[in-house]
Amino acid sequence: MKNFSTLLLILLVPLTAYSAPQGKQLYQQNCAACHGDMGKGGVGVPLALASFLDSVSDRYLFTTIREGRPGRVMPSFQDMSDVQVEAIVRYIRSWSKNKAPVYPLQPIKGNSANGKKLYAQHCASCHGADAKGGSGTGVTFSRPRDLPIIAPSLANSGFLAAASDAMIKHTLINGREGTPMNSFSRQGMSDSQVNDIVAYIRSLQHTTTDQKTDKSEPAYIKYESSESMKSTLAALKNAAIGANFRIIREQLFEQGYVEKGKEDSKKIILYFCNFSMLNKALAIDPRVGLFLPCRVTLIEKDGKVSMITVNPSAMSKKFNNAELDKICAEMTGMYRDILEEAAL
Amino acid sequence: MKNFFVSIVLLCIAGSSFASEQDVLMVRSTMPFPEAMSSLQNSIIEHKYTLSRVQRIDVGLEKAGFKTSRYRIVFFGKHDEMKLLTDSAPQIAAFLPLKLVIFSEGDETMIVALNPLHYDSATNKPEHTLLLKRWHNDIKSIMEDVRKEE
Ligand code: HEC
Ligand code: HEC
Repeated sequence: MKNFSTLLLILLVPLTAYSAPQGKQLYQQNCAACHGDMGKGGVGVPLALASFLDSVSDRYLFTTIREGRPGRVMPSFQDMSDVQVEAIVRYIRSWSKNKAPVYPLQPIKGNSANGKKLYAQHCASCHGADAKGGSGTGVTFSRPRDLPIIAPSLANSGFLAAASDAMIKHTLINGREGTPMNSFSRQGMSDSQVNDIVAYIRSLQHTTTDQKTDKSEPAYIKYESSESMKSTLAALKNAAIGANFRIIREQLFEQGYVEKGKEDSKKIILYFCNFSMLNKALAIDPRVGLFLPCRVTLIEKDGKVSMITVNPSAMSKKFNNAELDKICAEMTGMYRDILEEAAL
Repeated sequence: MKNFFVSIVLLCIAGSSFASEQDVLMVRSTMPFPEAMSSLQNSIIEHKYTLSRVQRIDVGLEKAGFKTSRYRIVFFGKHDEMKLLTDSAPQIAAFLPLKLVIFSEGDETMIVALNPLHYDSATNKPEHTLLLKRWHNDIKSIMEDVRKEE
């Protein structure tokens, strides 16, 4: 029995260590890459800004971490425990001496049709005509941008789930000092006009068409050819060139991993690139280097040659960046055409 | 009593799993690019991987207007593991060798990688999944090495 309790103790120690997660550490591991070490900004809204922390509730922070911002790069952290998310919220809160505001959750009544007009007049220039946010969100500090802080998406299920009407109203009345978001009270907007805009933003809840993250879409594309490796490779090159790609490199799959000359000749990598497309994609999201330039791996097995490549469309969904979806869907189409032609 | 014991063990295992399984792994290092790059390469080798190639893509970024001067793709892997996987599930070759993208951002450096756990759509063999988990752990550990070094 004594042995048993010692064992229990040993087992419990790591357990308690984990049940008191370090907000700071979790923040640094999961958030700092985008929001900066001390929340000073970067790709999204600078979290450490006093005017931000003074206007958002802990509930807002909690829900934002959980839900993310679908299609706007900010990931959703579904696998974290409540305790872990709360620890991060407390850490973010520690950047401010002020107490977290608490808002009533009751809806605010207003005329959303009138709100829509006011929105077009006063808000659309930054938050976008359809309130989907300023373009170019979530890439890097170094990206050229129109505003020091890109206006967040309001017609976003993550934002609307996190923000109460009262919080939105507070933000409109007070603005966010130190950001392009001004106080609309100070610009002479009346209380009922503010209510109308709040009602309009809330009404977008029913119209949001956040990208559905279809995780079932395979992450790769594969075609098979019954020709030899040599002629499949030649056909692939022709097809790529025909689709306006440039062949940039051909190598053995095992090159650099085994002694020179000992590589498996039945596994080959072909790189090709359409530079204007690559540059366009990089400008939207520099992380695309993880699957660009285009690369097809050819593997010969049992008399068949498989041509395998990453599916850019599936990748784009992983980046949670709606702006990237279109160009990636285009790439997926081109890859399919090229591989299909080469497989003929 | 025995049941109780088992549940404690299970709890401990659950507690030690990773906090989040993001699709894209990402860290920011406060080191400038050259230092971060050498720290990255050292850590890859310390984790017993072979580093096969470093590819540059600088031109494109500057043309796109980024104030980013350096952008590299680092390829690494272990021969026996790559062979094992591509022999039995060739489609996984789309993601191999493993890759890290590293680029400068002013005085700091960003490092990103795909989460290997998400390659599982390319294979459903349990023994492969174990390997993907190991890669995931190793990549996280490599990134933490670079992030923590100053
Ligand atoms: C991959 C980059 C990325 C990561 C990682 C990330 N965020 Fe974000 N975050 C963003 C972007 C981009 C936005 C702005 C979304 C928009 O423009 O609509 C944002 C928005 C937010 C907001 C809402 C701010 C506001 O009121 O608009 C909060 C709060 C936030 N992030 C907290 C976190 C926390 C906490 C973590 C870590 C658990 C985290 N983020 C991880 C990119 C990221
Ligand atoms: C000059 C550009 C600009 C205009 C005009 C503007 N905003 Fe903003 N807005 C921003 C920026 C930038 C932020 C992010 C502020 C921050 O960093 O905390 C923001 C934040 C917000 C937020 C908080 C959202 C969040 O995720 O934290 C709301 C709500 C909002 N704006 C609504 C409006 C409405 C409604 C209007 C019109 C009445 C409007 N804004 C006009 C730039 C603008």
